[in-house]
Amino acid sequence: MLKSRKEPGDVIIGLEVHVQLNKLNSKLFCGCSPKYHDAEPNTHTCPVCLGLPGALPVLNEGAVVDAVKVALALNCKIEERTLFYRKNYYYLDLPKGFQISQYDYPIAIDGKISVNGTGGGERHIRIRRVHIEEDPARLVHKGPIECSRYSLIDYNRSGVALIEVVTEPDLRSPKEAREFLNVLRNILEYLDVFDESLEGALRVDANISLAGGTRTEVKNISSYRGVEKALLFEIVRQKNLVRRGIKITQETRHYDEKRGVTISLRTKEEEQDYRYFPEPDLVPLGVCNRIDDIRESLPELPDTKRQRFVQQYGISEYHAKVLTSELRLSNFFETVASEIDPILSATWIADVLKGELNYRGLGISAFPPKHMIQILQILRGKNITEKSAVQVIRTILDRGGEPADIIKQKGLIKVEESTIAKAVAEAIKENPAAVQDCRNGKNEALHFLMGQVMKKTHGRADPNIVNKLLKEKLQCT
Amino acid sequence: MNVSEAKKRAEDESVEEVVTSLFDNIEKSELNAFITLAKESALKEARKVDRNGAKGALGGIPIALKDCISTKGIETTCGSRILKGYVPPYDAHVVERLRAEGAIIIGKTNMDEFAMGPSTETSYFGPTKNPHDLSRVAGGSSGGSAAAVAGEGVPIALGSDTGGSVRCPASFCGIVGLKPTYGLVSRYGLIAYANSLEQIGPFACNVEDVALLLNVIAGYDPRDSTSMDKKCEYTKELRDDVSDVKIGVPKEFFGEGIDEDVEKAVWDGIKILEDVGASYTEISLPHTKYSLAAYYIIAMSEASSNLARFDGLRYGLRLGKDEDWHTTFSEIRAQGFGEEVKRRVLLGTYALSAGYYGKYYLKALKVRTLVKRNFDAALKDVDVLITPTMPFPAFKIGEKTDDPLALYLADVNTVPINLAGVPSISVPCGFSGKLPIGMQIIGRHFDEGKILRMAYTFERHAGVRC
Ligand SMILES: [Zn+2]
Repeated sequence: MLKSRKEPGDVIIGLEVHVQLNKLNSKLFCGCSPKYHDAEPNTHTCPVCLGLPGALPVLNEGAVVDAVKVALALNCKIEERTLFYRKNYYYLDLPKGFQISQYDYPIAIDGKISVNGTGGGERHIRIRRVHIEEDPARLVHKGPIECSRYSLIDYNRSGVALIEVVTEPDLRSPKEAREFLNVLRNILEYLDVFDESLEGALRVDANISLAGGTRTEVKNISSYRGVEKALLFEIVRQKNLVRRGIKITQETRHYDEKRGVTISLRTKEEEQDYRYFPEPDLVPLGVCNRIDDIRESLPELPDTKRQRFVQQYGISEYHAKVLTSELRLSNFFETVASEIDPILSATWIADVLKGELNYRGLGISAFPPKHMIQILQILRGKNITEKSAVQVIRTILDRGGEPADIIKQKGLIKVEESTIAKAVAEAIKENPAAVQDCRNGKNEALHFLMGQVMKKTHGRADPNIVNKLLKEKLQCT
Repeated sequence: MNVSEAKKRAEDESVEEVVTSLFDNIEKSELNAFITLAKESALKEARKVDRNGAKGALGGIPIALKDCISTKGIETTCGSRILKGYVPPYDAHVVERLRAEGAIIIGKTNMDEFAMGPSTETSYFGPTKNPHDLSRVAGGSSGGSAAAVAGEGVPIALGSDTGGSVRCPASFCGIVGLKPTYGLVSRYGLIAYANSLEQIGPFACNVEDVALLLNVIAGYDPRDSTSMDKKCEYTKELRDDVSDVKIGVPKEFFGEGIDEDVEKAVWDGIKILEDVGASYTEISLPHTKYSLAAYYIIAMSEASSNLARFDGLRYGLRLGKDEDWHTTFSEIRAQGFGEEVKRRVLLGTYALSAGYYGKYYLKALKVRTLVKRNFDAALKDVDVLITPTMPFPAFKIGEKTDDPLALYLADVNTVPINLAGVPSISVPCGFSGKLPIGMQIIGRHFDEGKILRMAYTFERHAGVRC
């Protein structure tokens, strides 16, 4: 029997991703700097972002340009006329009692990006809308929130520009949601609109339902890993309810990152009425006449770069994908590939260096491209073995230093063929039994002899040459 | 005292003398025109001018400011208990302009709480009295500023006008008051009641001083997105000549509820202008009758949102007993806001809430568009419109406080102008007994020059002065 398209148990996920435009020179509606992360609390404030009586918002044009860039990169349709609204609700972190956001007439709608589907193949995820809004202040608690006797409010974050990217419910698994975030983050990094390493740079609300069922919303997940974990938890929770015949209630839930669980915040009945209405202090905005200029200013995006890498450098799709997954990594590759054979570069950077970096939790900036070029040059000149090259990379990452010095200090220069021949002769002389086995066609014996030669040459012999010489001497096949 | 008299006295005696005698007047006065006096800083400024000589267009001229205009270092309460003790850390744009031109801020004037009302009776600090009859209101919501000019000898003052709040008290107190075109004067630092409607406007005893003050406060400000670069030299527009002006008289503004004396005084005024060369025609603004309803829905909706920030957490009223923030916050608002403010916040919240937004708020916006079109069409055929400012002279304190709806009706002739965003000036045009009557001259967008010239010409020929 064919599976119905949405049989109960199918997972449906939609995401709302808040991205802080923390690279701008000022906040969304005032001149204060959004680069508050290392600052004392409440030092990046003014009457506007403190919501003092009489202060008025003035739109930061740079935020609009960034939002249009993101929308274009997500293949959205930019709206001709865009409007700001007041979203009215009371909360401690909201100094005006409302948040200036977009409601009807967001800056862009109807986009899509493709991600690798969990079951293989590309999947298109539709983007419902992209809009601009201001970030609230930050509440700080002494100790855990439940035990804190008071909340401290830091208004440094208040008024920082955010864009919100809202997907259609097109994602089908927590892994796919994470994959979507990776693709989005990659695009945002290329556009240079945010620094994801900073507090609050990216926050996610997720809607989850089992097909046909009621959906719940999990709010304020602030890490990529958290999104996958929160979604997994929520799916298991919902499935368990269904299995026990309990109705899922439409509600908003909070994700507790430390405990890895979601907790009910409020149910549908209490859902807020935000009393949206157009912000009278800001005039409607037309961006049409600037779209072409902005489009032209867009940098090469990950997809395009990946295709170019395959075509221009002849490297594999897989390598191209790894190398373009981070902007700085792709730049690193291009720097190296301009000096060294691109295919060799790609292999060493994507397979070896990236793995060593990941293992140490380091970024590509931890490794200077000139060192990679040097190592590959020495390797290509057959002066060190691949194994030694890996050793050099590891040493640089662990202790620093120049490749040439490390090779010298560690004596990694590849041994001459005559030295290898000498070691081969010794190995044969010292291991008659193995030699006999080898002549009888036992492969393990050949390997054993090779190991002996490598030992004598301290691993600096080229395995190909060792193999060749052994076979010549033993005349085995 | 007008500006040239103040200048003369300052030359003959000193600025310090002028300011000191003003404070004497105010302190002796029963009008309750001021909430806060900035005596120390004003006298210091005055002595500085006496030492260094007067600089700027308003060098050494004392000015009173409505208490919803933010002044750095001077308490600003908006006539509300909830803002008691709030000292803004910054100056409003107009205050920066005034200081730059040498004006001396003598204090903050009484007003309807958060500018809500046509009588200055909703002020937490008690009503302001009418200088012409102490048992009557001075008008609102800028009643304190108008009474200070009319009754206490302050040469110039600023108010704000959301639905008539400058023109109403100007009319009731017998002085000149102007509501500029929306966008001409920056609202930066004006504590908002209804952002899309309000403008800061000047008061003075005569048209010339109003023009002089407008010269100073008008002009582009990058901190207000609705601000426009449309300023001109208004004092240069003041010529005794209206021969090129076509006046339109909209019949809807002379309708039911209008006082006989008022109607007669305004018609007499129109006649005077006709006698000196202007022509007039009767016209119609058919959507005027919906203006009041639309105005109140828009104003209250915006107010409900604007007033959400007043929670006592960061500034203003504190009650000293802190419970969880919901309770503390509710308690502060319950005690900090007066009845009229609560009424309007609740009505505004209701009008914006899901399910009613389309029925009320969106409809009000549609009416607003129609009213605007009425004005645009009318002002294509004629240069200015003339109407009574208020349908009646100043009423008795307490007379209408029990009936909010009757009070709202008082704004019937002024609110359509705010919906349309056009400029409008109220000039004294006669008396009903001892109570002044105001005539309203409405102009095209940014055509302040023309309505000031009309008012100036009228003032010279009608001879009604404060
Ligand atoms: Zn700021």
